[in-house]
Amino acid sequence: MTTPSAALAPAERAVQLLGSDLSEVALRRHLEGLPTVDAVGLEARAAALGTRSIKTTSKAKALDLTIRMIDLTTLQGNDTRGKVRSLVAKALVPDASDPSTPRPAAVCVYGDMVGNAVEALGSAWSAGKDSGINVAAVATAFPSGRASVEVKLQDTRDAVAAGADEIDMVIDRGAFLEGNYGKVFDEIVLTKEACRRDDGSYAHLKVILETGELVTYDNVRRASWLSILAGGDFIKTSTGKVQPAATLPVTLLMLQVVRDWERLTGERIGVKPAGGISTAKDAMKYLVTVAETCGEAWLDPHLFRFGASSLLNDVLLQRQKLTTGRYSGPDYVTID
Amino acid sequence: MTFLEYAPAPESTAILNLRDEYRLFIGGEWVAGSGTPFASVSPSTERQIATFASADEGDVDAAVRAARSAFRQTWGRMSGRDRGKYLFRIARILQERARELAVAESLDNGKPIKETRDADIPLVAQWFFHCAGWADKLDHVGLGANPQPHGVAAQIIPWNFPLLMLAWKVAPALAAGNTVVLKPAETTPLTAMLFAEICEQAGLPAGVVNLITGAGETGAALVRHPDVDKVAFTGSTAVGREIAKAIAGTDKKLTLELGGKGANIVFDDAPLDQAIEGIVNGIFFNQGQVCCAGSRLLVQENVHDTVMDRLKERMSTLRLGDPLDKNTDVGAINSTEQLERITRLVAQGVAEGGEAWSPACELPAEGYWFAPTVVTGVEASSTIAREEIFGPVLSVLTFRTPDEAIAKANNTPYGLSAGIWSDKGSRVLAVADKLRAGVVWTNTFNKFDPASPFGGYKESGYGREGGVQGMQAYLKAGK
Amino acid sequence: MATTKTTTTARPAARTASARLDVPKTYKLFIGGAFPRSESGRVTEVLDTRGRFVANVAKASRKDARDAVRAARKAQPGWAGATAYNRGQVLYRVAEVLEGRKAQFVDELQRTEGLTPARALKQVEDAIDLWVWHAGWTDKIAQIAGHANPVAGPYFNITVPEPTGVVASIAPQSAGLLGLTSVIAPALVTGNAVVVVPAASAALSSISLAEVLATSDLPGGVVNILTGDPAELAPWLAGHADVNALDLTGAGGLDWVELERIAADTLKRVIRPEPGIAPETPQRILALTESKTIWHTKSRL
Repeated sequence: MTTPSAALAPAERAVQLLGSDLSEVALRRHLEGLPTVDAVGLEARAAALGTRSIKTTSKAKALDLTIRMIDLTTLQGNDTRGKVRSLVAKALVPDASDPSTPRPAAVCVYGDMVGNAVEALGSAWSAGKDSGINVAAVATAFPSGRASVEVKLQDTRDAVAAGADEIDMVIDRGAFLEGNYGKVFDEIVLTKEACRRDDGSYAHLKVILETGELVTYDNVRRASWLSILAGGDFIKTSTGKVQPAATLPVTLLMLQVVRDWERLTGERIGVKPAGGISTAKDAMKYLVTVAETCGEAWLDPHLFRFGASSLLNDVLLQRQKLTTGRYSGPDYVTID
Repeated sequence: MTFLEYAPAPESTAILNLRDEYRLFIGGEWVAGSGTPFASVSPSTERQIATFASADEGDVDAAVRAARSAFRQTWGRMSGRDRGKYLFRIARILQERARELAVAESLDNGKPIKETRDADIPLVAQWFFHCAGWADKLDHVGLGANPQPHGVAAQIIPWNFPLLMLAWKVAPALAAGNTVVLKPAETTPLTAMLFAEICEQAGLPAGVVNLITGAGETGAALVRHPDVDKVAFTGSTAVGREIAKAIAGTDKKLTLELGGKGANIVFDDAPLDQAIEGIVNGIFFNQGQVCCAGSRLLVQENVHDTVMDRLKERMSTLRLGDPLDKNTDVGAINSTEQLERITRLVAQGVAEGGEAWSPACELPAEGYWFAPTVVTGVEASSTIAREEIFGPVLSVLTFRTPDEAIAKANNTPYGLSAGIWSDKGSRVLAVADKLRAGVVWTNTFNKFDPASPFGGYKESGYGREGGVQGMQAYLKAGK
Repeated sequence: MATTKTTTTARPAARTASARLDVPKTYKLFIGGAFPRSESGRVTEVLDTRGRFVANVAKASRKDARDAVRAARKAQPGWAGATAYNRGQVLYRVAEVLEGRKAQFVDELQRTEGLTPARALKQVEDAIDLWVWHAGWTDKIAQIAGHANPVAGPYFNITVPEPTGVVASIAPQSAGLLGLTSVIAPALVTGNAVVVVPAASAALSSISLAEVLATSDLPGGVVNILTGDPAELAPWLAGHADVNALDLTGAGGLDWVELERIAADTLKRVIRPEPGIAPETPQRILALTESKTIWHTKSRL
């Protein structure tokens, strides 16, 4: 098999990999031909990775890396401008007691809050550049995705127009479970196109699988592969609105998919577990899993993110412990 | 420094409270041995841990007499319920002292603390807990009402799972009402001595468990002793054969857990990522020093290259080094003799046309080490495809059809274990049916449980340990 | 008791003037479902209790033993692979055919074992009943000896008894037909193949039993009967690497300790001489089985 260039449009690349027309049948055959997953083995491997012990300098490095990988998130119906400003302030100064504290990768908000986030970030906003803090927006009728394609695309375009550097879209889980893979594929392709800015550049597209609704690991593998085929830059576990959200086994599985994709195409896709990761200890387990599955190249905010709200403060507490040698307490980090 | 180099995370040895010298544990007393004491060294550092007494024929006789006397006077007369309570007590103390035992085992054996902590020691406690419950339910083991213990059980165990093999032997024997004389392997006697302390803490009547240390002659004297009723041995097929000959014509009962050359069969529809883990677990668990190791990989030809690529990539993430480091995946080889054997067999495999590969991995200067190795291009006739290596060395063969896989898997005088990796249930069941092996793991490997009988076909020995069969081995039909 | 000799000196029973001339039977070995002569060409003369010639019986050699093991090995997977119901029907068929030939066996036992008609009849009927008893076990033994194991993890775990493989047996030296049945039938229940050396005194009824087996839908090679000298054949069977179990039930008069030692070279399962394991017990059947334990992952949904 020839290795398709990453520069190809998603559909064209998919056609090359599928080796036939991009029909529903060909897509189905391709996805159902992927290696299966044995749940017990996958979970056992994840558990084993979770027993790694990270100490001293490695731990300090891992804590800072974790902060740099966080998409600091607020996704509530009652989000206000004040709440978003507060979130941005936390992103700008995570720990006032230690100016060396790195900043998170992005703030993640609903589409209508993008403008507020951009404004609050001010000069710290990356604005599509490689430095600074990104603004990520959930779109496509998040979290359920139950709207017409037109509505979903307009949702996306609005967020991009308001300055979103990253779009977190949801897939149509109903279509996926119906076996209507073509519909899911097409929506991702269209959403990617809706990420296009006037200058021809694109907002990064993260595709949320909502693994808690796909339920089986085989489904997760297929949905991951489908999302990548269709042009997603990241695959993301969950909206955070459905339980279970991110788990270590499901993240391990998605990391195996992006590792296999790189093997096949040379292209690196990102992975974002979201929802339920709230402690530094858990975050360490994820980093170990990333490093031992995809290699250390993936220990980079361009390729791995944590979608989280409370994780940051726990990491900060651990960071203070490493600095002072004493255990810290919740009153020594800010609640935003 | 890369992230994957993690800082060392050694388990502290401060938890240990070892003596400099250990004596024999006979009749509830610590007694000097009449043989020349020997030292046990830590395989990862070659440093001496302690010295141990060596039991000669007279000491063996004293131990058997102590066991006989305890059988007649206390243990053989005790109610099953009370025997069970003693075993439950032991199980609890084992759990309480689990961390200490894990550290001691890793120190003495060289296996990673991750394994002793998460596999060996938890299974030891579970084994006692399981067998404890049998003690007052012996009418239900399948030998009719009121089955009887044999009497004095002589038990000889290997060095690869020192305390776990002790548990496999001692727990069912005691539950059934036998008393025991057990000899641990001479390179790994430490945890058996700690077990003697646990028997003391549990208040086990004197002479019910007798532990004698020593080399092969001690074991031979024990097997030959005329007042032994039952012999249970785990170890090499060669020694098992000698024991079977030695007890021929006597009234002694015998169970043997011997060598293996387990086939791990990977079909093209296997859950691939899990199969790779299973292959790694099958051959690198305990440095491959496992009688049921999946030492022969049989991989379907059409996925051979994919499997090998991924396997090698996975092997590159294995961390070899200090067994007491919590991040260590591959520890030290147990002894210099074993290291020599592995080295010799791999050299022979390469001389016979195999291609050996190991990930780049730095071996510590002190201690006995062998890098995880996979040998491809192995034919069924190759020495390393037939002889048990008992080390971290995987031989890779290919097959085209299920029939061929079964034929190759069964083509060995051994018959202990096998693995099957496939997502197709009907095929898994059909292949499992035809494999001549006592334990077949499908989509998993190297799993053990006291409720699950373990043991081999053919030259892998006879009798089962675990489950109801494991109890039957220590009982005879009642009158 | 019958006596056997290797040189022909005895004469057949005198023929009365008015009687029809008998058609005597030729007693050959039973190997692979066929009735070959011994490759050695040797025969043993069987005499009746009054010392009169009854028949020449083939005297098996070590090469016949080798051929028998080969035939057994070839037949064993098919027999083990048959359904338990099918094996049960075949064993019951043996009983049926035996019942139909009762008179012949009674006659042979009277002539060669010197039994009274009543005792001979009793032995034949006991043997028939023993086949029936075993026929009923084929689809039950795995239920009492196999089990699901509640392991501490997400695994489906079962243990099933399986045939050991090829069993070489020395049949009891008394009660020829019954003794032979008592070593063959338990082995067949679970799917073993058998190479058996019958009691020298039971040569006639052994080969007659072979004829019964050959006409009872039992696949050729599943049972192989080697008439001959147990002392001569046993060491070859004990040492044969392709034999999995050695049943010494009838070997009490041989140097069985040495046989056990030879068997240890390939770690065969050994059943010791009578009293050994009590006949007509599940343990007797299970002594020629292996436990296979199968683990399979059971995913949490």
